[in-house]
Amino acid sequence: MSMPNRPDSLILRVTGHFLLPLLIMFSLFLLLRGHNEPGGGFIGGLVASAAIALHLFFTSVQSARRLIWVDPRDLIGWGLCIAIASGLFGMFSGLPFLGALWVELSVPIFGMLKVGTPLLFDIGVYLVVIGTVLNILLALAEAEDA
Amino acid sequence: MLYALLGGFGVAALAPWLHQLFGRHSGWALALWPATLFIYFSGFLAGVNDGPVLLQHNWIPSLGIQLSFMVDGLSLLFALLISGIGIFIVAFAGRYLEGHRDLGRFYAILLAFMASMLGLVLSDNLIALFVFWELTSITSYLLIGFNHEDAAARRSALQGLFVTVGGGLALMTGLIMLAMVGGSYELSSLLNQGDVIREHALYAPMLWLILLGAFTKSAQFPFHFWLPNAMAAPTPVSAYLHSATMVKAGVYLLARLNPALGGTELWLTVLGSVGAITLFIGIWLALRSTGIKKVLAYSTVMALGTLTMLIGLGTPLAVTAAMAFLLAHSLYKGALFMVAGIIDHETGSKDLRDTGGLFRAMPITAVVAGIAALSLAGVIPMFGFVAKELLFDAALKNAASWILALVIAGTIMTVAVGALIGFLPWYGAPVKTKKQPHEPAPALLAGPVVLALLGLGFGIAAPWVDRMLLGAAATAVAGVPVDYPVSLWHGFNTPLLLSIISLIAGLLLYRWRQHFHHHTRFTEVLARTGPERGYDLVMAWLIKVSAWQTGFFQSGYLRYYLLIILLTFMALVWTVLLLYWPALSFGIHLQGIQLHEYVLVFVLMAAAVAAARTDSRLGAVASLGAVGFTVALLYVMFSAPDLGITQVLVETLTVILLVLVLFRLPKFLRLTSTALRLRDVLVASAVGITMTCLLLFAADARLYESISHWHVAQSVPSGYGRNIVNVILVDFRALDTLGEIFVLALAATGVLAMIRLRAEDKRK
Repeated sequence: MSMPNRPDSLILRVTGHFLLPLLIMFSLFLLLRGHNEPGGGFIGGLVASAAIALHLFFTSVQSARRLIWVDPRDLIGWGLCIAIASGLFGMFSGLPFLGALWVELSVPIFGMLKVGTPLLFDIGVYLVVIGTVLNILLALAEAEDA
Repeated sequence: MLYALLGGFGVAALAPWLHQLFGRHSGWALALWPATLFIYFSGFLAGVNDGPVLLQHNWIPSLGIQLSFMVDGLSLLFALLISGIGIFIVAFAGRYLEGHRDLGRFYAILLAFMASMLGLVLSDNLIALFVFWELTSITSYLLIGFNHEDAAARRSALQGLFVTVGGGLALMTGLIMLAMVGGSYELSSLLNQGDVIREHALYAPMLWLILLGAFTKSAQFPFHFWLPNAMAAPTPVSAYLHSATMVKAGVYLLARLNPALGGTELWLTVLGSVGAITLFIGIWLALRSTGIKKVLAYSTVMALGTLTMLIGLGTPLAVTAAMAFLLAHSLYKGALFMVAGIIDHETGSKDLRDTGGLFRAMPITAVVAGIAALSLAGVIPMFGFVAKELLFDAALKNAASWILALVIAGTIMTVAVGALIGFLPWYGAPVKTKKQPHEPAPALLAGPVVLALLGLGFGIAAPWVDRMLLGAAATAVAGVPVDYPVSLWHGFNTPLLLSIISLIAGLLLYRWRQHFHHHTRFTEVLARTGPERGYDLVMAWLIKVSAWQTGFFQSGYLRYYLLIILLTFMALVWTVLLLYWPALSFGIHLQGIQLHEYVLVFVLMAAAVAAARTDSRLGAVASLGAVGFTVALLYVMFSAPDLGITQVLVETLTVILLVLVLFRLPKFLRLTSTALRLRDVLVASAVGITMTCLLLFAADARLYESISHWHVAQSVPSGYGRNIVNVILVDFRALDTLGEIFVLALAATGVLAMIRLRAEDKRK
């Protein structure tokens, strides 16, 4: 563990534990509603990164890495792949690259849902943003520990 | 057709794997592909006299770029040569490079080259032609530098690439001009526009640019120096690219464009004189060389010069001669290069002085080399003789007398070079060689045997060859039907007399070649100050300039990068603003601004000033944070919640980042002098003023209706989203976002690398 001179704050730890899942859920909520209300992949990604940064502050780099269970560099790669893949769907339907395709799904409880390739694209953005921020944060924190 | 061409790239990609699969027989197995192509293209022979066949596929229709192909006599002649000789080259390479660890890769590049070359000669679209043209340059680069551990090979590869790609750049400009003037990118329609094109004001610049491309590719004087250096490539490559096919691409282009560009005084003068000079210099240097491949390479330069000169003359007789010469040269030069490879492979000698008396060890090879050399020298009844007779005939009837003199002198020396290759290694006293020579494997011998015998057979059956293909090829080059009788025997006439004279003189020259070398020593001085020296100077200068500009712009100090970026930005913006000064207006509309907005702006400015003036780092961070959050508030007030949220989050994360590094930063020091700080203040204020002016001008000058209305109107119906910002980000302008997240990923990688490097430095 940990940063030099880090105060071990009980309040931070307890609230952090409660806030982490809430913030992650909130980031997903922002991601999903982004198409109609303020939010989206970029904002969602920043919130999720902030949540994990919070976790980093009251635990350790190792713990934060365990929490996201993939290397943030992989997140960037996957995000880019998903964003590009979302653009290919349109091409197979005669649209230009990144042309949007939509399907209407009926999901129990939620009713009719419109799902489209822009959502997939936004998920790609979400992952790239998380990957980028955490990449830098964790590397800095590790340099701190070293 | 599309499959025949693009399939080649597929086979190339599979080649390393196929090589694994077939082991030591991979050469023969892969030779099946060119063999298939050869049979496929032979199918076009039947209809070649009925005019061109056009095939079209869409590629980028919005730009007028098609994958369209034209099969006529000229392209078919080339396609058959490329695929036909390709069969033997691939088989040859399989044995010549047997056991080489990179043989699989070699096949891949060689087959990719073959596909590019076929695409080049069959393309009807100028852009497609250019793409294939550059592909041949790149594959040639990879093949010359195949022995990449050898510095000389790398240098030669780079030289070939620079010269041909530099010419390619000129060519592209020329082709675009051609298409603009001719009104089409399709060769098939451009070739009928000859009169329009020749009359146009752009004709001369266009012609010079295209000629530059063709001359560099086909190693015309003064660009001839890269071709002999390209002999650093493995012999199959020299035989294929640098004698039979790629170097003829420039000649192909000239021949192809002759109906559109040819026939003018300029065309005749430039092509005729450059071709004749190249011819003479090429064969002169060939005779003075001793490396077997060098001799052959320089004699290829001679052949390319001859072809250029003949196309320049442009008469039906001259283009017939050009096509006959092209066919003859491909056959005998392919054979001779493979023979050179055999000598190298079997004896380990690469120099004429290290060989002799090899006839006893390898009689078949010796006979084959003799037949091919006879064709090179133009001795009856070889096809080379037919070509030479036509060459003399054309030069006598159509060319200026100084060109005729060069042609005759060149032919005499060609005979001597033929003797050099056909006699010297094989007869006389045996020379001790590195390896015990013996007859080579069938895969090595097949190519030379077939090509040499074809040279003999085509000579005897010259009228048949003419009827089948040469006539159609000449017609395609001339643009009008050409029916010049081609046969082995034209009766007793001046060309025959010249042939006999040149034969005798050439043999005498061969006999007395030591004296010739002795008396022409003075030309070695010229070689040292020749065009290759110019190339070296240009390259040295290029490196110097790049080193200087890298040192200047990439100083490694963040402040200078920032300074350069900002100054460049201002220079560009002000250039445009001043150019359009009269059309600009400047409006400051202060009505309707609320009091709380004034307050916010005041806070913003105060925080910015505080950030710039503070002496404590924490204070600077806090002030900048105040700036950021105020901006976020502004966003919210002007109903842009997405931007506001993003701004707040970015500010938060910035604080987190700063917390991580704050305690590790050195003490807050003033490192710069007052003068430098004053300069920074000036630059910063200028940028601020520039930005303000730009925005004010932009707000007042609305030439087109704002696109925001369209976004508002279309967001729900075509984007299925009520959050317009998000719809723009992920749908309307998704490509921009994709670019941005790539930048983000790159930046993350860069930051990571920097942090890691620093951590490692510390550990040491």
